[in-house]
Amino acid sequence: MVAPPPDLAIISALQTKLVAALRPILPEDGLLWEPEDTIPYECDGLAAYRRMPLAVALPETEAQVAQILKICHAMNIPVVPRGSGTGLSGGAMPISQGLVLSLAKLKKIVSIDPFTRTAVVQPGVRNLAISEAVAHLGLYYAPDPSSQIACSIGGNVNENSGGVHCLKYGLTLHNVLRVRAVLMNGEIVEFGGLAPDAPGLDLMSVMIGSEGMLAVVTEVTVKLVPKPKLARVIMASFDDIEKGGNAVAAIIAAGIIPAGLEMMDKATTRAVEEFVHAGYDLDAEAILLCESDGTPEEVAEEIERMTEVLKKAGASGIQISRDEAERLKFWSGRKNAFPAAGRLAADYYCMDGTIPRRHIATLLKRIQGMEKKYGLGCLNVFHAGDGNMHPLILFNGADQDEWHRAEDFGSEILEACVELGGTITGEHGVGIEKINTMCIQFGEGERESFWGVKNAFDPDKLLNPDKAIPTLNRCAEYGRMRVSKGILPHPELERF
Amino acid sequence: MSPADSQQHIESFRKQILEAAQSKTPLSIEGGGTKAWYGNPNSFSKLSTKAYSGILDYQPEELVITACAGTLLKEIERVLSEKNQMLAFEPPHFGEGATLGGVIAAGLAGPARISVGNLRDFVLGARIMDGKGQDLSFGGKVMKNVAGYDVSRLMPGSLGTLALILEASVKVLPKPAASTSIRCQMTQAAALQSLNESAGQPLPLSASCWIGKNQADSFGELTIRLAGAEAAVYAAKISLCSSLNAKELDTKEAEAFWSNLREQQLPDFTSLAADETLYRLALPAACGSLELNNMSDDIILEWHGQERWLKGLSDDATFNALKKIASAHGGHAMRFRQGSNVNPANQRFTQLSEQSHSLALEPIQTRLRASFDPSGVFATHRLP
Ligand SMILES: Cc1cc2nc3c(=O)[nH]c(=O)nc-3n(C[C@H](O)[C@H](O)[C@@H](O)COP(=O)(O)OP(=O)(O)OC[C@H]3O[C@@H](n4cnc5c(N)ncnc54)[C@H](O)[C@@H]3O)c2cc1C
Ligand SMILES: Cc1cc2nc3c(=O)[nH]c(=O)nc-3n(C[C@H](O)[C@H](O)[C@H](O)COP(=O)(O)OP(=O)(O)OC[C@H]3O[C@@H](n4cnc5c(N)ncnc54)[C@H](O)[C@@H]3O)c2cc1C
Repeated sequence: MVAPPPDLAIISALQTKLVAALRPILPEDGLLWEPEDTIPYECDGLAAYRRMPLAVALPETEAQVAQILKICHAMNIPVVPRGSGTGLSGGAMPISQGLVLSLAKLKKIVSIDPFTRTAVVQPGVRNLAISEAVAHLGLYYAPDPSSQIACSIGGNVNENSGGVHCLKYGLTLHNVLRVRAVLMNGEIVEFGGLAPDAPGLDLMSVMIGSEGMLAVVTEVTVKLVPKPKLARVIMASFDDIEKGGNAVAAIIAAGIIPAGLEMMDKATTRAVEEFVHAGYDLDAEAILLCESDGTPEEVAEEIERMTEVLKKAGASGIQISRDEAERLKFWSGRKNAFPAAGRLAADYYCMDGTIPRRHIATLLKRIQGMEKKYGLGCLNVFHAGDGNMHPLILFNGADQDEWHRAEDFGSEILEACVELGGTITGEHGVGIEKINTMCIQFGEGERESFWGVKNAFDPDKLLNPDKAIPTLNRCAEYGRMRVSKGILPHPELERF
Repeated sequence: MSPADSQQHIESFRKQILEAAQSKTPLSIEGGGTKAWYGNPNSFSKLSTKAYSGILDYQPEELVITACAGTLLKEIERVLSEKNQMLAFEPPHFGEGATLGGVIAAGLAGPARISVGNLRDFVLGARIMDGKGQDLSFGGKVMKNVAGYDVSRLMPGSLGTLALILEASVKVLPKPAASTSIRCQMTQAAALQSLNESAGQPLPLSASCWIGKNQADSFGELTIRLAGAEAAVYAAKISLCSSLNAKELDTKEAEAFWSNLREQQLPDFTSLAADETLYRLALPAACGSLELNNMSDDIILEWHGQERWLKGLSDDATFNALKKIASAHGGHAMRFRQGSNVNPANQRFTQLSEQSHSLALEPIQTRLRASFDPSGVFATHRLP
């Protein structure tokens, strides 16, 4: 991305001032400003876009967060909140004249109440750590983004994250009761509450998914749900992508909400089979994974009903996991689709659009046409039950022309998503990545209203400005997630 | 409705809103209009959505229905029922005239709220008209969407004070394959204990209601609804009937009970005296029995005790005392419905400033309203 060259003298003076103001309130290792210390913070999971911040603050308490914000507010310095930095849309990318406020050190699980099935956690607690901490009680936290071993609950709240299980169990929005946060002026506020439906406008709905632009989350009360006794998965193959797409709609129309409903196309299946040897049907044009969870009786009943629907929908092959090991084996390919894509091409570019389920086959066919048009391959592996697509466009980044074609390919997919009645981002957020495509989905009036919301929380526009909501006159071209030279951000994480 | 008709309605709404903005006089949005008693009263002139009616899109396999604000709730439920689907949050009707716009703006949910979530959780998108007469669309018709702030979810519970809802897309769910209800006698404390314990296990609990007297040793009637896969409902029924010493209700009786509870047609609700008020307490999970003086002894607990209905004097002292009790437990109180002799100008809700940590939210709400509605077209003060 081409940013205007910053004036180094101004930046350096500002940095000195900021560091002097923040040092007294933070522990010795709680403030970083030397380039060798701040470089790990120059980007999030969208590694193609990097910027060095003035400094990085790592507070340990809510009171410190409030003080930092007050100071930055007084000094008119923008602040970019950051959780684990696994975001895929550049939401936590620094601002060169701003501070990065990392919440990573606020990582205490404050309390767990098995009786009310809630946990109070600090924002830096990793998603999976919540489920691990309550596993002995037979409970877990349902939203499970594939980055769950690393991503923080604060980041989840700000991206309204979901995962395979959110078809049945909902997104972050549906599983959070209360959010405590600090406004840019240092005031502490609480959204939502433990008692249902308080009078007044429900501000928690706009807080969730606000990409760090409204307030800094300092504590979250999450709902915990009883762990299902059993889970089994059906792996169904289809010799035609249309039949596969229609089978997804047929399952839902039959009144079944599976615990997970995921799809892979032939190119993906072939790429992953070589990698994980899960025994996938290599001739299938599409493979569906349908999971059922619950009591053994429920699972038996649901698996039987889903099998029937899949057969009727024209499945050419059906396998049902017999035990936990086999269930995990069936899932292994799905979970390794991203790294497998990385083996096929030097670079790939991951899109994230959602469409109505009944258009899955239409979009996949259109993508096939686009592969020819742009001369690039594309793998399709996605949350079919939600209509949340993740096309992976393969290209060679050393070739500028290929990168431009990949970008255009991606934009055309997102435009198609909007045209089919969907949206430009299902779960990765807008960040800086999709700020242009926001203009496809929303008109001037909507964008103005978004600014009204921003303004209501942060009138001075200091909290993560320049993200998510395009200004009315903005047209500059931003890029998107690009995996360069096969180097993947967060390679240790499963890819969904 | 044809696109031309639709446009005509929209234009007439816009005209009315712009005129109101010009003259700086608020408009009270009305759907069925059957609900004027809920929320703070006002006597502003009306903007009626009744004529803007019709289902715009319904694809059962998408689990989404989109309809105009004036569409009758019963029409939506009829169409969904044909495909064996439903509005899972079970909105109360009360009267024939209930509209989709009113349902969303009122933000109320029925007995299933405890198991499926509130109305807001089901709103996917909304087309609204703001106080500047702008026709705006937020959210959409798909389950996952994180583009921009979730403005459509600000509508539930806004009681017509933020914007006019023109159309809404709501997530629907398949009706559960099986459903049954069981009933037993126990004290309030035992019922609360047992409900919270059961909720921590993978049981298909769908709704619960305890009706009795608010006295420690008094036995009341606990009714529990189980809904889900046939096998799961059957297994849970067997186990709960034996552990609680409960009996299964006959299907018709069960349906009538839950519907009368939702519509507040049970005797405890309908016996509201002319000088009494029906209060609603909303409380955190696992809140035990409460010490309630100056109230009628009758009490109804829903949502595993998180929603409680009680009758009492309508005066401010009683309301203030209830607000204090609720707030001490982290909840809030509301004057839900008032008897016919009661001063209609009574403040109905717990004020924002009386809710924990909400003081700092007041300026945010004010700025938010001002940005959607700078001239105060929707400033009817039906909400605090
Ligand atoms: C215990 C209980 C009792 C109830 N009793 C009744 C009853 O007696 N009668 C009844 O009708 N409902 C009752 N309801 C609620 C009711 O079922 C619905 O919430 C509902 O029907 C409201 O629809 P309406 O069209 O009548 O709303 P209205 O009464 O017309 O409006 C309700 C509120 O929503 C706002 N509003 C309406 N349409 C829009 C719109 N398009 N855009 C923005 N704001 C809008 C109004 O300004 C008003 O603040 C009750 C609910 C409960 C829980
Ligand atoms: C391999 C991989 C797989 C992924 N899979 C999924 C998936 O399945 N589903 C999904 O939804 N996402 C997925 N993601 C995206 C990402 O993990 C999620 O968006 C996650 O919620 C980000 O959390 P984080 O703590 O890393 O946040 P960050 O990346 O640090 O920040 C994300 C945004 O939240 C803001 N923020 C973070 N913490 C706070 C806070 N405490 N207060 C205020 N603002 C804050 C930041 O400013 C930024 O705008 C994946 C990412 C990777 C790398």
